[in-house]
Amino acid sequence: MSPTTSADQDRFLRISTPLSAEVRARLRAGDMVLLSGDIYTARDAAHRRLHEALVRGLPLPIDLSAATLFYAAPSPTPVGKVIGSIGPTTSYRMDVFTPTLIEHGLRGMIGKGNRSPEVALAIKRYGAVYFGAIGGIAALTAQCVKHMEMVAYEDLGPEAIRKLTVADLPLVVINDAEGNDLYAQAQNDWRILTE
Amino acid sequence: MDKKKPKRLRRIAAGRITKTVRNLFIAANTTLCDDVCDALRRALAQEASPIGREVLAKILQNADIARDNALPICQDTGLAVLFLEVGQDVRIVGGPLQDAIAEGVRQAYAEGFLRKSVCDPFTRANTKDNTPAVIHCDIVPGDHLRIIAMPKGGGSENMSQARMLTPAAGLDGVKQFVLETVEKAGANACPPIIVGVGIGGSLEEACLLAKKALLRPVGAKNEDDDRLAKMEEDLFRKINALGIGPAGLGGRMTTLGVSAVMKPCHIASLPVAVNIQCHVARHREETL
Repeated sequence: MSPTTSADQDRFLRISTPLSAEVRARLRAGDMVLLSGDIYTARDAAHRRLHEALVRGLPLPIDLSAATLFYAAPSPTPVGKVIGSIGPTTSYRMDVFTPTLIEHGLRGMIGKGNRSPEVALAIKRYGAVYFGAIGGIAALTAQCVKHMEMVAYEDLGPEAIRKLTVADLPLVVINDAEGNDLYAQAQNDWRILTE
Repeated sequence: MDKKKPKRLRRIAAGRITKTVRNLFIAANTTLCDDVCDALRRALAQEASPIGREVLAKILQNADIARDNALPICQDTGLAVLFLEVGQDVRIVGGPLQDAIAEGVRQAYAEGFLRKSVCDPFTRANTKDNTPAVIHCDIVPGDHLRIIAMPKGGGSENMSQARMLTPAAGLDGVKQFVLETVEKAGANACPPIIVGVGIGGSLEEACLLAKKALLRPVGAKNEDDDRLAKMEEDLFRKINALGIGPAGLGGRMTTLGVSAVMKPCHIASLPVAVNIQCHVARHREETL
């Protein structure tokens, strides 16, 4: 899902972080985008900590309102590289924490797999967006990462929060602010009912 | 009465096992097996959905990049699962077998720049060296040691399930359970998936059979039992009619292959386990 020809380029919307209200309102389930700018990795353990800090009214190590979170934990960085391999982890495990994070400003999420009805509702209510990345193509995806730095929770090892500067990261909009869900639509379109 | 001279035990050094385990896990994580690549190419040729074809092409391209640059194919380099066949005429010398394996895993994950993905279940504190490994040992006739390394990702393992069906549920009940499990997995398990089905035995044996079924070359049918070969074929068609498609973005290729293995079970039971494997199906083996 990355453009290889100029005709191909037209199929992709180029967008950057922080995701503006206009961009978020315009994106629709099924849109293919190339995302550039800064994003943060945060998965299971980091979500637990972010959520706990919010519940207890403690300061967060990142500004959620400007952040797009990538549910990911890269493999270690080989010598001379920016990053190891990186790709999305399954998103539903973050669902229990996500509505609270969205209430506190989170507007962009990158992962794979279905979200809960509560997350879909929060996405709709706050005009957020959930992007799908392809799982299992992590050596390829790593080529979109131009810079990486440790930001918080270093003790979590692979699960620490890292800031990634990405260029043309290919993504698909799964859940949009209108309440559409690409996974459900796509499966419906391709299901063979006679089986 | 003639006393047969006992067969001399073949000695295998622990250090050799460590080195083998290390190399197998690095190779498995960076070079996708030919059977999986071939299955992905077949899927690409058969996929009708344009986005599905794009996803499959990217998966193949990624495998090339990973192999050429010795990078992990997937950032989730897995829990270190091992299947061992230990010949009964083998003696391990120079240290305990378990320690030799653990050291091999440690070296692979440190020196191969593989992600350490093992933690305490409750505190979630990372063990930082990807140990302990999950080791399954079979004692077999002979004086060889066969080591199969199978790094298993968390996303697809999470979508796997076991159920104790009633005998009345029969073969149709098993098929229904497999289909339900695969549909529920959806995009989560990184389709196109490989489906391992273990039937019979006890609860834990069904699970083990399902995982062992994943070691069969992708797309190869069960050669021992026609009923299972037919079931595999039928499930392959039904799963690929679900519409989930590559990466769950819609399409025909939701599975690359179904492998089922069966053993007799208790008169009260019909245990069945479904072990789902993502498209990054990794396993490598060596016999010492």
